[in-house]
Amino acid sequence: MKRRDFIYLTGLGTAAALMPGIPVVGKPIALEQTLEGVDPAKKKQMADVALNAARSAGATYTDVRIGRYLNQYVITREDKVENIVNTESYGMGIRVIANGSWGFAATDNLDNDSIAKTAALAVTIAKENSKILTEPVQLAPQKGYGEVTWKAPIEKNAFEVPIKEKVDLLLAVNDAAMKGGADYINSYLFLVNEQKYFASTDGSYIDQDIHRIWPTFFITKIDKQSGKFETRNALSAPMGMGYEYLNARPQDKIKGITTLYKGRYDMLEDARLGAQQAGEKLTAKSVEPGKYDLILDPSHLWLTIHESVGHPSELDRVLGYEANFAGTSFLTLDKWESKKFNFGNKNVNIVADKTQVGSLGAVGYDDEGVQCKEWDVVKDGILVNYQAIRDQAHILGLKESQGCCYADNWSSVQFQRMANISLRPGKEKKSIDDLIRNVKKGIYIIGDGSFSIDQQRYNFQFGGQLYYEIKDGKIAGMLKDVAYQSNTQEFWNSCAGIADQSDYRLGGSFFDGKGQPPQSSAVSHGSSTAHFTGVNVINTSRNIG
Amino acid sequence: MAILSKEEAKRILEKVISFSKADGIEANLNGADNGNIRYARNSVSTSGEDSNISLAVQSYFGKKSGSATINEFDDASLEKVVRRAEELARLAPENPEFMEPLPQQTYGESKTWSESTAKITPDYRAQAAADSINPASKKDITAAGYLEDSRNFAAMMNSKGLYAYNQSTGVDFTVTMRSNDGTGSGWVARNFNDVSKLNTSEASAIAIDKALMSRNAKAIEPGKYTVILEPSAAGDLINLMLSNMNARQADEGRSYLSKKGGGTKLGEKIVDERINIYTDPSHEEVPASPWMGNGLARKKMDLIKGGVVKNLIYDRYWASQKNVEAVPFPGNRIIEGGTASLEDMIKDTKKGILVTRFWYIRPVDPQTLLYTGLTRDGTFYIENGKIKHPIKNFRFNESPVIMLNNLEQLGKQMRVSTGGFGGGGSSLIPYMKIRDFTFTSLSDAV
Repeated sequence: MKRRDFIYLTGLGTAAALMPGIPVVGKPIALEQTLEGVDPAKKKQMADVALNAARSAGATYTDVRIGRYLNQYVITREDKVENIVNTESYGMGIRVIANGSWGFAATDNLDNDSIAKTAALAVTIAKENSKILTEPVQLAPQKGYGEVTWKAPIEKNAFEVPIKEKVDLLLAVNDAAMKGGADYINSYLFLVNEQKYFASTDGSYIDQDIHRIWPTFFITKIDKQSGKFETRNALSAPMGMGYEYLNARPQDKIKGITTLYKGRYDMLEDARLGAQQAGEKLTAKSVEPGKYDLILDPSHLWLTIHESVGHPSELDRVLGYEANFAGTSFLTLDKWESKKFNFGNKNVNIVADKTQVGSLGAVGYDDEGVQCKEWDVVKDGILVNYQAIRDQAHILGLKESQGCCYADNWSSVQFQRMANISLRPGKEKKSIDDLIRNVKKGIYIIGDGSFSIDQQRYNFQFGGQLYYEIKDGKIAGMLKDVAYQSNTQEFWNSCAGIADQSDYRLGGSFFDGKGQPPQSSAVSHGSSTAHFTGVNVINTSRNIG
Repeated sequence: MAILSKEEAKRILEKVISFSKADGIEANLNGADNGNIRYARNSVSTSGEDSNISLAVQSYFGKKSGSATINEFDDASLEKVVRRAEELARLAPENPEFMEPLPQQTYGESKTWSESTAKITPDYRAQAAADSINPASKKDITAAGYLEDSRNFAAMMNSKGLYAYNQSTGVDFTVTMRSNDGTGSGWVARNFNDVSKLNTSEASAIAIDKALMSRNAKAIEPGKYTVILEPSAAGDLINLMLSNMNARQADEGRSYLSKKGGGTKLGEKIVDERINIYTDPSHEEVPASPWMGNGLARKKMDLIKGGVVKNLIYDRYWASQKNVEAVPFPGNRIIEGGTASLEDMIKDTKKGILVTRFWYIRPVDPQTLLYTGLTRDGTFYIENGKIKHPIKNFRFNESPVIMLNNLEQLGKQMRVSTGGFGGGGSSLIPYMKIRDFTFTSLSDAV
């Protein structure tokens, strides 16, 4: 992603400080335009122009991505609509191999002449790069699929829902929070539709339609006397779904100390509860630092999985391709080769899955034309695999790519991005209450909060939204100022139990950043509630006068 | 070529404004040419170029506004985009916070364009990468780096008679050098408007030295230490504090600048009296655009003087509510420094830690501006005025407000990228010595 393509929400007042760095990709367009598509036959014709021009210029491999990326963001606070953003980004990215090197160029001018010039520029860049080449690109073989299509199985296209309905929902959510005692609420609805066309010299012409949705809010409650404030963020998950995500049915709710959501989300109810809980946080007990057992809800645990399992098992990080930015990984190849590296204990089974229905990462084919699938990364605690793309597959002795290639825009070059990485649920029948019952001294954490991890993914620190003290198997009241610090391998080896399949839920990241220039991707992480023993908890309260 | 001259941009925008039938109109025309090269494992991994230009139009009727964008510039397309913005404005709900466009403003001279950067070609980038990779491979070191260059223009015009134009160039270079045994890592960053100031070979040599020096680091106990922060490390934390100087948030009671019982800390001393921070778009070392996207003029302005908060950022709506002048978001930040070099500062340190950079800084508590993050790519123990040995990386939990109250010494300044996605501009940041910096745990990461 190029810097100029980010329309920063930081221009939008108070809300910005609460959600820094959220990119809006592309240019504003009229509402009705979001429903128009581009004819695949036209896209095939344009792709062929690029494939032929690159071949003539000396490319030995070419892929072309024609992307139309639609975003609609509705942004409100209290009783006001702050902004409605509709953007479209449409253009073509051409990636080639020439003289054994990659080259890439992109354009939003899609006449034949411009496409041919862009293809030739990509080849020129590849040839320049080949002068200092040390490792020629080795692409895993990939069969061509011919002309195929894939559409996300959504029930209701969110772009077809009138803006007024979306605005009314957010304002009702805000009203519920304000009536419940909130001082401020910022609420957001993020909608994305990627219409992607991929063509390559392998003989694939792939047309795909992908939808994502994320409703969320931030509630602030202030104690005017002390000047202290507390916040409570939404417990929603971003999903690879249509507008149906906002229509929660009774079976989508898990009732407990707060309502948790499974597959569908009741934003109004969560805002009501959120306002009340933000108030409770003001008077909650500040945590005593020390060792605790943690019971982690999937609305929290997804982020720990993302940072401590998802990123270190990305093969490009292991190999050093991300060394200058996100970093490398402690999961070095020798640990995988040994076939006995205890990433976690026997309870820990981690799966990579690019096909999971409703997940953010689900697609039919990745951005280098590989059909998507599922595979194990950690089995019975042992590291057994990574996440790879076509030019890395040979390093693992794989005959084909695992389909993890993604670019966030036509103008960005595709590279290895995280598949949905999830913790398999426990095999024995076990509920959240069963887990809590086994804890003498612990903390039950719901919702994601502060997060930070080192550049090789050993040392991490996480906060949450809601913290409840557990004493002798029972919830004893709310806590605040909680963060836990651990080491990835120690943490996953302290997993004492995981609730069963009936508790399994997805969480995820709508804007996961990686690469230079930085690109954003969306990825889900599923789990059931899990129990970890003896984790170091710190107190985060400070005084600045 | 996506870079239009001041006159070319003006001609297009005048046409756009002439098509308006609304109460008012504002149009922004932006274009950019960008190039980059990325390398890892001592070889180029990706490299590319792209170019684009677009026009955004906002029309309004009373407090109802709508916007539309186009990337075609013939007369029919320009009229079409204006009509579409007007249609949307008629359909939009009233926005009580809508502000009419500004009249003509007076802007200072721009210093953000450099011809040498404008002329960069793919072979320059490949050579710059080679100058970084070759010395690394000779020393059993693996280089991973990134060079990005850009040429941009921005122009805006409205029906109140305002016309603003700026063109800028920029180049960002970072490289991480890792020893092939995996036990040492060094990093360096360079950020300029003018690429002729960039020498990737000189910069890479510093990172190579750090990689070699940081091998086989020893663990020391976490706790409170005196630290010498290199400008990148200091800037990354302090810029987070400076980005959170929004007046509305402070007035609303949800900022570190909110006062107990109501109001803001404007005019109050919040950090050590030796801290002076200002913004100045015409600064020779870190020039910034003399105007921001809505046309507000940027001027030289104190943010913190003698440790006292001198200005908060007021958007135009909040300024109108508070009867004050709107204050634009700074395009750059300058923290006044001293004359001490890094070597001088190390020499004057009995016991301390030298930090090259911080990594993965995330907010923990917005009330106190508590952040967590880690040291990375060169962390060293200092004893009796000398670097004694490399140490393992630490996680910290610290607030930049507390840190700037624990100031020991300010050293020489250096230009750094303000960082994060989207390039919040550039900053001039001194080396800083801080006492009682809070490290809370050890990391095995190299």
